[in-house]
Amino acid sequence: MANMAQAVRMALHYAEENLGVMDIFGEDVGAPLGGVFTATQGLKNAWNSPLDERGIIGAAIGLAMAGQRPVAEIQFADYIFNTIDLLKIAGNTHWSSNGDWNLPMVVKTPVGSGIRGSIYHSHSFDATATHIPGWKIVMPSNPLDAYGLMISACQELNPVMFLEPKALLRVKGEERIPGEPEDERQLSKMIDAPLGDRTAWKPQWPALEPYAVPIGKGKVVREGTQVTAVSYGRTLPMCAKAADTLREQGVSVEVIDLRTLWPYDWDLVKGSIEKTGRVLFVNEDTEVTNFGEHLVRRSVEELFYKLLAPPRLLAGKFVPGIGLSDNLEMASVPQLGDITDALRKLASEEP
Amino acid sequence: MSRPRLINRDEASAPLERELLVRIHDLMVKTRALEERLIQMYKQGHGYFWIGGPGEEAFNVPLGLLMKRGQGLDYDYLHAHYRQSGTMLALGEEPIGALRQMKNTATDPYSGGRNFAGHFSKREWNIAPVSSPIEVQYSIAPGTAMAQKRHGGDGITIVTGGDAGTAEGDFATCLVWSSRPANPLPILIIVTNNKWGISTSADGQHGETRISDRGRAFNIRSKTINGNDPIESYRELKEAMDYVRTERKPFLMEALVSRLYGHSSASGANFVANEVDPIKEFEAKLEKDGVLTRQQMDELRGRYTEELAAAARQVRDEPQPAPETIWNHIYAEKK
Repeated sequence: MANMAQAVRMALHYAEENLGVMDIFGEDVGAPLGGVFTATQGLKNAWNSPLDERGIIGAAIGLAMAGQRPVAEIQFADYIFNTIDLLKIAGNTHWSSNGDWNLPMVVKTPVGSGIRGSIYHSHSFDATATHIPGWKIVMPSNPLDAYGLMISACQELNPVMFLEPKALLRVKGEERIPGEPEDERQLSKMIDAPLGDRTAWKPQWPALEPYAVPIGKGKVVREGTQVTAVSYGRTLPMCAKAADTLREQGVSVEVIDLRTLWPYDWDLVKGSIEKTGRVLFVNEDTEVTNFGEHLVRRSVEELFYKLLAPPRLLAGKFVPGIGLSDNLEMASVPQLGDITDALRKLASEEP
Repeated sequence: MSRPRLINRDEASAPLERELLVRIHDLMVKTRALEERLIQMYKQGHGYFWIGGPGEEAFNVPLGLLMKRGQGLDYDYLHAHYRQSGTMLALGEEPIGALRQMKNTATDPYSGGRNFAGHFSKREWNIAPVSSPIEVQYSIAPGTAMAQKRHGGDGITIVTGGDAGTAEGDFATCLVWSSRPANPLPILIIVTNNKWGISTSADGQHGETRISDRGRAFNIRSKTINGNDPIESYRELKEAMDYVRTERKPFLMEALVSRLYGHSSASGANFVANEVDPIKEFEAKLEKDGVLTRQQMDELRGRYTEELAAAARQVRDEPQPAPETIWNHIYAEKK
């Protein structure tokens, strides 16, 4: 099975062949590297830009204004913060021009912890991204969703922020991407660039099929009755694993992968909370003014009388960064044990 | 039929026809009348904020006249700043649109009552929305130029901004992205230099002799011109635009201009007497050369002033956008 980096690469290949994507660019995105996480390796329309985040986002806006479908990469979300006003412009251009201009552009950027990236390679961006109206924000937690969400993003009329949980970029999927060969070694041989001289190398793309995960649709990844866990990105597989463990212990957890943070699938979340009466929102952005806080607020306001326990948020600690030491990183953002404990506790909480 | 009268500047290589001079003058006066009406509307409480370009007509009008107007890659893109009503009128825009934006009516053609005066936007003519954060357009413009380079043809991208804003990194971004050896871009990079950033004098901020000198470091052809002279502006812009159109390479132009009513309503929007008034200078020349009489020019000014006063009265009675329209156009939808 493909990993997420391969899945993104295949989706972009599909997009450049079929969806009119003619620019995939950013720092080190083109040959020979194909992105520091290899997500753009071998793509014919991938090119290296100056080391200039404002230039990258600005150029994407301009290309989109000119009717192109650019896919721009910021190497790490930690470096996107100096483009906030441009992101704001991208989000408000359709509104401020009273519907005259629209920007069909995708910005992809790896987010979160998991590679011992220290202070400047571990930032999350979901809270900030969801604070900029006019964008659609997606964050896959497995390769197949990454493939399907990227294809949807490349078909959008609006700016889409594609957040890549960097801890999951190398994790193989459980489901095959449509068109992906059965043997993962064969896939690697076809689309992974060799080490060393790559000047003559060309990928052999599998015959990929269109597969779109609709933006705005979440997914139930574990069904349960006692407590709901809502997550996305790196913490989602942990929630699923926690649910499996707890099931063996007699606790039934329903796990929802939000997949799209904005516009999010409230109907799915609401239905689940109405069923279980208990909800834990899990992500790894810092906990103060966290997107999960919005979900907690909405749960309280709309579902107060259905709740059997206060909605909870398990998020990253409100500290200035993630330290390099294994202990520091693990203590800063939710881990499997934290999630399992929080779910167990919530499931047993009585009014 | 007599041949059109030509006016020759002493050093002029390409004289301008009388008809063109009259047209430029007409548009400059129309622009001034518009700006003065906008200021008056602001002062009468018919708008919350004014910012505009009285003093830049001699540059902005020729720019609009020389642009290839239309939608899409075959035409010129303009990433303007908020001092370019003259360019809009020269492109053929009706001034009442600017009044509607000032009055933030539902009929405001640029933003539906959502944005400040002078914040033009018109996709039909490739006019990118003007933004209040200054200089961001310099980061965005290379994108349209890139698409035009790939497309071919002679459409170019034009980006304009002010001298103070060149301190922003976005200006450097524009120089870097426009001159990449991997893909030099058909972009005319313009800085209108009025020597002020709100209340901050350029003298205290600019170490470079000329802003246009910054182009040299990137091997971008560059020039500083007198933007208060419409004839020089027209000739220099034409030459620069021809270069960008045919060579598909960037050009950096610095135009020295006046700022006749200060930065914006934030600094009072009162007439500044010690700045060069490009209309006054141009009219003296037109009169001296026998192109137009004082009376003709006074009548023109009077006519536009009256027309705009009438337009302002009309706009006052137009509806404001309904509160529920805040939810419109957050996302584009497939039709």
